[in-house]
Amino acid sequence: MADTVVGDRPDPHVSGDDPSRRDFIHIAAGAAAVGAVAALAWPFIDQMNPAGDTLALASIEFDLSKVASGQQVTVKWRGKPLFVRNRTEKEIAAAVKDDHAELRDPQTDADRHKPGKAQWLILIGTCTHLGCVPTFGGGEYGGWFCPCHGSVYDTSGRIRKGPAPKNLVVPDYAFLSDTKVKVG
Amino acid sequence: MSGHSTYEPKTGIERWLDGRLPIVRFGMDTVINFPTPKNLNYWWTFGGILSMMLVFQIVTGVVLAMHYVPHVDHAFASVERIMRDVNYGWLIRYMHANGASMFLLAVYIHMFRNLYYGSYKAPREVLWILGCVIYLLMMATAFMGYVLPWGQMSFHGAVVITNLIGALPVVGDSITTWLWGGFAVDDPTLNRFFSLHFLLPFMIAGVVGLHIWALHVPGNNNPTGVNVKSKEDTVPFHPYYTVKDGFAISVFLLLFGYFVFYAPNVLGHADNYIPANPLVTPAHIVPEWYFLPFYAILRAVPNKLGGVLAMFGAIGVLFVLPWLDTSNVRSMRYRPTAKLYFFIFVLACLVLGYCGGKLPDDPVIPGLTSFTLIDSDLNSFVWLSRVAALYYFAYFLVITPLLGLTETPLPLPESISEPVLSHPATTPVGAVASPEKRG
Repeated sequence: MADTVVGDRPDPHVSGDDPSRRDFIHIAAGAAAVGAVAALAWPFIDQMNPAGDTLALASIEFDLSKVASGQQVTVKWRGKPLFVRNRTEKEIAAAVKDDHAELRDPQTDADRHKPGKAQWLILIGTCTHLGCVPTFGGGEYGGWFCPCHGSVYDTSGRIRKGPAPKNLVVPDYAFLSDTKVKVG
Repeated sequence: MSGHSTYEPKTGIERWLDGRLPIVRFGMDTVINFPTPKNLNYWWTFGGILSMMLVFQIVTGVVLAMHYVPHVDHAFASVERIMRDVNYGWLIRYMHANGASMFLLAVYIHMFRNLYYGSYKAPREVLWILGCVIYLLMMATAFMGYVLPWGQMSFHGAVVITNLIGALPVVGDSITTWLWGGFAVDDPTLNRFFSLHFLLPFMIAGVVGLHIWALHVPGNNNPTGVNVKSKEDTVPFHPYYTVKDGFAISVFLLLFGYFVFYAPNVLGHADNYIPANPLVTPAHIVPEWYFLPFYAILRAVPNKLGGVLAMFGAIGVLFVLPWLDTSNVRSMRYRPTAKLYFFIFVLACLVLGYCGGKLPDDPVIPGLTSFTLIDSDLNSFVWLSRVAALYYFAYFLVITPLLGLTETPLPLPESISEPVLSHPATTPVGAVASPEKRG
């Protein structure tokens, strides 16, 4: 537009025909609008994430003396079932024996309980396939069997058969005393 | 909406309004005078049936929302209260719950009709894609609605479906937590599902508006698939199709009424009358009937992510169908080979639906043991699902593209009016068009 004959179009600012200035304003206004929408979108997206009170309820304490040998107690933790299993010597031995068997998600039994507490297996009780609750003692390994799509877990909660990709998850927990654990 | 408007305002007030808001003209052009092919059969009445069902679901749903409490401690009890104490609550809830099934039934018939008569082909691709969007929204709405009574099936169905997203690598878990609003399906999940279940039907109504707009630009396809050539090929929508749709709606309501009054729970699952218990999963978890084919595809793949991708792919492939089909002939009336593959496709969908309701490892033929192939017995529903799922994808990705290039269609009529005088069934044997004369 620099070679526009003066007088032909008197003032480009009045007629609004200066493309570079017009483009700049369009781009600047567009960028500001996109930035504003993106900034405003985040609160609307993040409100869906767990709220403060949901996060605050995230840990529980549990008294292990309630669980007899060979049994399991299911408690609710973070809205999900938590398996607390008091394993028998036989079940522990079966789990240790398979430490080097062909596993889909290889882990030794020792990695799945606290040192010296082999009898206590604490797991999140949702199948790693699609989140159903596996039944205690089911399946050919005596661990758990998921009724939804047939995943089979051993007495260490490791996936042995079926569609689930991972072992049952071991949550973060700590022994407060010999009979008390804090989960979460 | 398209073409010349034939509306003539007759009274003074109509002329006054027409110059300010031509809403009467819009209505006249859209549903009264709209030129419609004169040969539409009863498969074309499902659009009207679906419009009626959408209104029906919104009306019953808004009423139910007046009595329902979206809270984990009260949801189940509030639904029971609707059933027992609210005046006619049982009727309105049964109409809403069975209405969802009827709505999906009608949409499936509508879609199969579309596939058979090639209605998705040019120039109706946008119309078809909008229809696919409506179908996706319907599935999301139906799923979230099923969660609201907070029974065992509601809860564990929600767990399984939301966990599907966890199959995505890296971001899966964060997205699942975000969807739940917690560490499991819980009160925040129920609340947001209720909010969205209320919102989505109105979004569906909006897309239906676009769908009808996109329909009225090229006008209806018809059973011959031949374009409208002259005014002789059409009749005004009213009274011809208002009456035909009205009759079809009446017949459809008889079926609907049968379910509501005589078998209101036959399409549901008894376990959903047990309040949700996050610690116990029902022994046999199945989705509602209208999701069973996709559920069968999910289970057919022995890998979590693969199954999820196949399931969503089964819906995704519909969106690109107009570009997969290489045939210029719309109606399968004139495509005898395609017709055969189409009916096998319908059968495959029904087989998938049947498999989706069965336990994967159960034998198809009881008492017969065959041999184990890969991971399961060949005589099992998981293998039957695999065969049917393979055909489902092959139909869209292999058969449809290749058939258009290789088949020889029957001769097309010159116009819509012509086959009234000479139906293809009466065409002399051997009168076959050459492939280059297709379309």
